[in-house]
Order: sequence, then structure tokens, then C-alpha cells
Amino acid sequence: MKHLVILGAGTAGTMMANHLSHHLKRPEWRISIIDERTEHHYQPGYLFLPFDIYEPEDIIKSIDEFIPKTVDLIQASIDRVVPEENKVLMADGSVEVYDVLIVATGAKIAPEETEGMKGSEWHKSVFDFYTFEGALNLRNKLRDWKGGKLVVHITEMPIKCPVAPLEFAFLADSYFKNKHMRDKVEITYVTPLSGAFTKPKATATLEHLLEEKHINIEGDFAIEQVDNENKQIIDYGGRAIPFDILVTVPTNKGDAVIERSGMGDDLNYVPTHKATLQSKNHKNVFVLGDASNIPASKAGSVAHFEAEILTENILRYVKGEPLKEEFDGHANCFIETGGGKALLIDFNYTHEPVEGTFPFPGVGPLRLLKESRMNHMGKLAFRWVYWHMLLKGTHIPFVSPTMSTSGKKYDKAETV
Amino acid sequence: MEKVIAGKTIHVNEEGFMTDFKEWDNTIGEALAAENELSLSPRHWEVLTYLQNEWKNEVPLSIRKIGKSGVVDIKEFYQLFPKAPLKTATKIAGIPKPASCI
Repeated sequence: MKHLVILGAGTAGTMMANHLSHHLKRPEWRISIIDERTEHHYQPGYLFLPFDIYEPEDIIKSIDEFIPKTVDLIQASIDRVVPEENKVLMADGSVEVYDVLIVATGAKIAPEETEGMKGSEWHKSVFDFYTFEGALNLRNKLRDWKGGKLVVHITEMPIKCPVAPLEFAFLADSYFKNKHMRDKVEITYVTPLSGAFTKPKATATLEHLLEEKHINIEGDFAIEQVDNENKQIIDYGGRAIPFDILVTVPTNKGDAVIERSGMGDDLNYVPTHKATLQSKNHKNVFVLGDASNIPASKAGSVAHFEAEILTENILRYVKGEPLKEEFDGHANCFIETGGGKALLIDFNYTHEPVEGTFPFPGVGPLRLLKESRMNHMGKLAFRWVYWHMLLKGTHIPFVSPTMSTSGKKYDKAETV
Repeated sequence: MEKVIAGKTIHVNEEGFMTDFKEWDNTIGEALAAENELSLSPRHWEVLTYLQNEWKNEVPLSIRKIGKSGVVDIKEFYQLFPKAPLKTATKIAGIPKPASCI
């Protein structure tokens, strides 16, 4: 019996287990998925937790609920992978030998990469919201905060969900308005980028929104250290920004198991072919989701689109057929802008987000790169879609894995 | 768009980054540096040459990688090219603005 092993039962790994369970069946194939955790967290929900919009139970479910019964769920920790020998060495000394390996170990925050970040103020006045603990501690802090300087900060790119810190700033503006204390809070958005986002058209829209909401922006800020004593962040050029609460997105890195296995780059991301999702170094290793180094956004929607294409490529690979070079970097993200509204952006490797309608050209009902209530409803509905359709690998109607250019306002043939 | 600098015509994008590295030479580098209020020391040239070589080898450029390169540490990189060093240095080097940002 051949063995396909998936590392990681997060969004990407769970989707692959569901897709492949329909195609690779016993007695020819056994599928295993390995993850030491018992809980599956809806990570987009971390954004809403600090503002009391979601409760913890909205975002946590049990991992095994989403793994098909025909797939072996191994809840144990991995020591390392030996790709030259097609082996996964488990921490308890057991060994899983594979024919095909899918790496879906994700990315996580590494605050220890920045001097002082995980210092005496960590989770007291310096918070992350990319972990459950960080988001929950921040919620408790905000509940009775009297106001002051709120600094929302990105350490370095790439990060998971690159729009989340902007959404955090927008939702903070709304939150303090609703608490009738917006005039007591100064919000500053600090980024290593030159502007609010990475692509020009979306940057222009988002910077306009920041201005409208009186959120200051400080660009080109490469942080050197968090000064816990004086409560300020300092960049390599000596620029200092004071804070009363710092909400930071620390450096993101691939999982430590990738480093232990010698399979990653300097941030533990696995070098991956960006159109086929095959690992660059090992033909029987495939990578999807945040674990890869492909130049696409690290986001659930990207993993979803990748999973549809990777399923086909794995089936081609096991039959000895050439892989399809089909993945185009498609990402589709709602951006909460506060006050019950949201933006939607749809883009890929070569096309930046522009205005238009989605998913039906000329109709919508969702509007691209424009604030609307319908987009906000879409974002809230997405939690249901995530638990009930996305993880199970159900195709989302009318949304194709590769990006469509219809119904969108491009100036010309775009290359970004 | 076209731009005349150091007596030569070069092609640049809206942000002033050269779009054709073949048009670049040392005198253009010096003129671009002057536009950014810098005069180039041998240390500047070492860093610029390093960036150009990395770009030619299709290595994505980031502040982190440059800090670990052994050529220059981040502190000195900031001293050589103040404020936004990666942006300024790549502009002077005649190579595209790094897309280390997604």
C-alpha cells in the first residue's frame, strides 16, 4: 500500500486531506495527516476577538471534526523529515515512511527575532493578535483602557494575511468611536513598506481611508528594537515612535520542524515551484499554504485555490504524468474597514487589485476595492463558509482557483 | 518615461527606478546618488555592487538578507543610505525596487 503523508492539519492540510480522500483510496493508498494540536483555530477570527466581536468559542473547534474518517489522524509531534529517505521521524521514535509528502506546516510569529519585543511589556502593553493568547490578552487590555497612543505595527514582510494589521487599525477606530473615546486615542500605523499596502491601486484607496479615519501612517520603518522602559519602538535609522499600547505583527517564520529538517530558506519557508507547488528540491514533496516561499499572499483563500490545483497535480504525479503549471497566485481577501463595512480585493501574481464587481462581471453583488455593507456581510458569512465548505474542500460556487479578469477595471495590460 | 541624467538618456518608472539596467553605468550611479543627496564612498560602491549581483542572480532582496550577507550590517546600511536604505540603494544601483513585500 502506498502512503501519502500530510504534515499539518491547519487550513491547508485539512483541505488536502478532504480533497485527496475522494481520489486516493484503500487498498492502494493510505493517507495520514500529522499534527500535535487538538484544536483547529479559525485564524481570521483573531482579528475580531480583541474588539469583542467574536467570542473564543466562535473560533475554536476540534481538529478531528474536519478530518475524513478514511484518513489517519496522527496526533503527535514531529522530530524532523528526512526527505532523502522519504521518512518522517516522530518525536516518540516512530517513523512514517511516505511515497508522497505534503508540507502544510504553516507560519507563525517569532517575536524573539526583534530585540526587546518579547521583553517585560510583552502582553502587558506590547501585544500580538496573531495568536489566540495575544488576541485574548489584548481584548482584556482594551476593555478598560482609558486611551493614549495606540501603535499598530508590522515588523517585516512577508506576514500572514498582509491586510490584517490595516483591518486592525480600522476596527480600532470604530471600536473607540463606539465607546465614545475616539478623541482620547491616537492611532498610528507603522510599516516597513513605503505605503499602506504592496500594490499601488489598493495602497491609494487604503491610504485615503486611513486619512479619513485620522490614522497616522509612518512608512519605511525597519524596527531595530522595542524599548520597554521608555515604551517606544526604534528603527535602524534612530527614528523613535512612542506608544501606550503597541499592537505588533512580529516577524513570521515557517515551522521549526522545517528548520530541523534543513528544508527551508532563512525564514524556514520551503522553496517551492510557484505554478506547480512542487518542492524545488524533492520531486515527491509538495507544499501549500503559508509553509511555502512562493510570492503569493499567506492567506486561507490562497491555500484554498492552491488546494484545488495541487489535488490535480498530485493525481498527475502518482500516475507519472507531467504537472500542470497552473497556479497564478490568486488571492481574494475581505478588508474590514470598520463601521459595518468592508472592501474586497481579488488579485494574483501579475494583476494588482483594482475596482470592479465580484464574482459576476458587471453584477456583483460584491464590489471590488470599494467600501460596502455587502462586503462586510460577506466577511462575516465567510466564517460559516470556512467551517462548512472551505475545510471540507467543497468548491465555492462561481469562484475559480485561477483569477478572472472580467468585470475589473484595468488601465492596461498589467505587470506588477 | 525618459530622463536625462549625466548627459545620457535613461528609462525610469513613475517612482524613478530605472527600467533597463543595461543603461546604467557608474556616472549615472553617482548622479542618481547626488539626486538623493549622497556622495558615494568606496563602502557605498561595495554595497551597490553586492545588490546588483544579487539581483542578477535573481535573489530576492530584503533588509534581513542584507543584514546577514556579511557585506554590511543593517546599522551601517542605514548610515550609508539613510531613511529607506533598500529603496534608495536599489534606485542608485539601477535595479528594480525589491518586491520583498506581498
